[in-house]
Amino acid sequence: MDHTTLALVQLGAVFFGLGMLGKFANRIGVSPIPLYLIGGLAFGEGGLVPLHGIGEFATLSGEIGVVLLLLLLGLEYTAGELMTGLRQSWVAGLVDLLLNATPGALVGLAMGWGPVGALAMAGVTYISSSGIVAKVLADLGRLGNRETPVILAVLVFEDLAMAVYLPILTALLAGVSLLGGLKAVGIALLAVTVVLVIALRFGKYVSAIVDAPNADVFLLRVLGAALLVAGFASALQVSAAVGAFLLGIAISGSTAEQATRLLEPIRDLFAAMFFVAFGLNTDPTQIPPVLGVALGLALLTTLTKLATGYWAARRAGIARMGRLRAGAALVARGEFSIVIAGLAVASGAVPPAMAALATAYVLIMAVLGPVAARLAEPAGRLVIRLRPATA
Amino acid sequence: MNVEVTPLPGIGTRQDFIINNGRRIGVITCRDGSIQLILSKQDDPDSCTASIPLSTEEANTLASLLGAPNLVAKLNANQEGVDGVSTRQYPISAGSSYVGRSLGDTAMRTRTGCSIVAVVRAGSVSASPRPDFVFAPHDLVVVVGTDEGLRAAEEILNQD
Repeated sequence: MDHTTLALVQLGAVFFGLGMLGKFANRIGVSPIPLYLIGGLAFGEGGLVPLHGIGEFATLSGEIGVVLLLLLLGLEYTAGELMTGLRQSWVAGLVDLLLNATPGALVGLAMGWGPVGALAMAGVTYISSSGIVAKVLADLGRLGNRETPVILAVLVFEDLAMAVYLPILTALLAGVSLLGGLKAVGIALLAVTVVLVIALRFGKYVSAIVDAPNADVFLLRVLGAALLVAGFASALQVSAAVGAFLLGIAISGSTAEQATRLLEPIRDLFAAMFFVAFGLNTDPTQIPPVLGVALGLALLTTLTKLATGYWAARRAGIARMGRLRAGAALVARGEFSIVIAGLAVASGAVPPAMAALATAYVLIMAVLGPVAARLAEPAGRLVIRLRPATA
Repeated sequence: MNVEVTPLPGIGTRQDFIINNGRRIGVITCRDGSIQLILSKQDDPDSCTASIPLSTEEANTLASLLGAPNLVAKLNANQEGVDGVSTRQYPISAGSSYVGRSLGDTAMRTRTGCSIVAVVRAGSVSASPRPDFVFAPHDLVVVVGTDEGLRAAEEILNQD
């Protein structure tokens, strides 16, 4: 078979395989992310089926997947929502950051991956999966609950934190000096501020640039704008993903809704390829040695997220059951942990073992998160019922 | 009534209020325009016993069911001084012979002495409809008249 034929066959097999995995995930009611990761592990380096024909394509699609993941995340929120969210939830947001980034950072240091590895691991354990959390809240009929705004506010803070964190991480991974790192922080903060101001004041003009009457023209414009912004951001070492995120925030109103509708299926396709590409570059034989660490980290960061949500909900005047629900809903980690690990490993500044640890960690947390959200309340009631008997 | 409006970033808006028995009732309006009716649990007002997705049409129908008695009550209050006159609302059933026909065709005033003062359709009120107003299934017709006239009006509107 010539190269193109081989690539078509391999790509078809990968997509079809992911489709089967996605269907299975739907049936058993879990997020497809862990299954896509396992799919990626099964192919490629050290896996069952080495894929030589589509390695390059998978890597590029993975990059596009990250850009689209962040673009749609930005589209989800309006600049106004981000500002009110920030004002109301910055204390809870800081507690979240402190409690959940620390375990990752400590493990990164303990594994001997240096300060940059520690920073990357801090990001992996810090950020909840807003995709999984939003889906769990909707599936469990909790959108009307009083603790839900608290959960969403924490997620909003995390997403904004990502807009500052990713450029810093990108700069440090590229091996810049302390001064260069500070410059990256400065550029990132400036970019975020400028975009928020533009989105708040002139959002409709940004929307007008990409807006078009027909769906196909509109799709091409949004996609083109996102990749251009991501490319330029990357050239300025501000991280491609953050460029797309900021573009998403700047697009507002009905344009944002239409963009979300059109881009969602494309995002799902490329995001699936991103997980596969990550899995392709992760050697599954490196997972067993770090499995113990991953389990310990999973347990610890489940507790820290529980504590974060519990504390934030209590501050908002929510009763005990609601606090438990808020904590458990935040447990899931997913796509963004993998985005961070992918950035770190691709730069070569951290050893490949980190990819293995991040994979194992996300595999556990993406499955555990929805389960925790479901079981927190019954478990809490059981404890309350048993307590008088033991006392 | 104190309606609390809570933004749900990335999802939409929750609007709810506490009713007399302590439960919270309200709606979530999602970004994509879909609507959910929510009702809090009795023992845990933070959480919801039900969140029911409603289509626009369903929401409008529910709104007119809840809104029409309100209109009738207001009209009744206005007529308190007038003896022997009251207000009733009658639905136009899907099988009614007046579906697709005009208000003038009922000859309501001539036959019963009653007046059709309003029609509620999908949550919106058409006050003082003109004789060329055309009925649709599930319209609520608000009629003012004597008890005897109202009985006759009900029969006319339900005619197969």
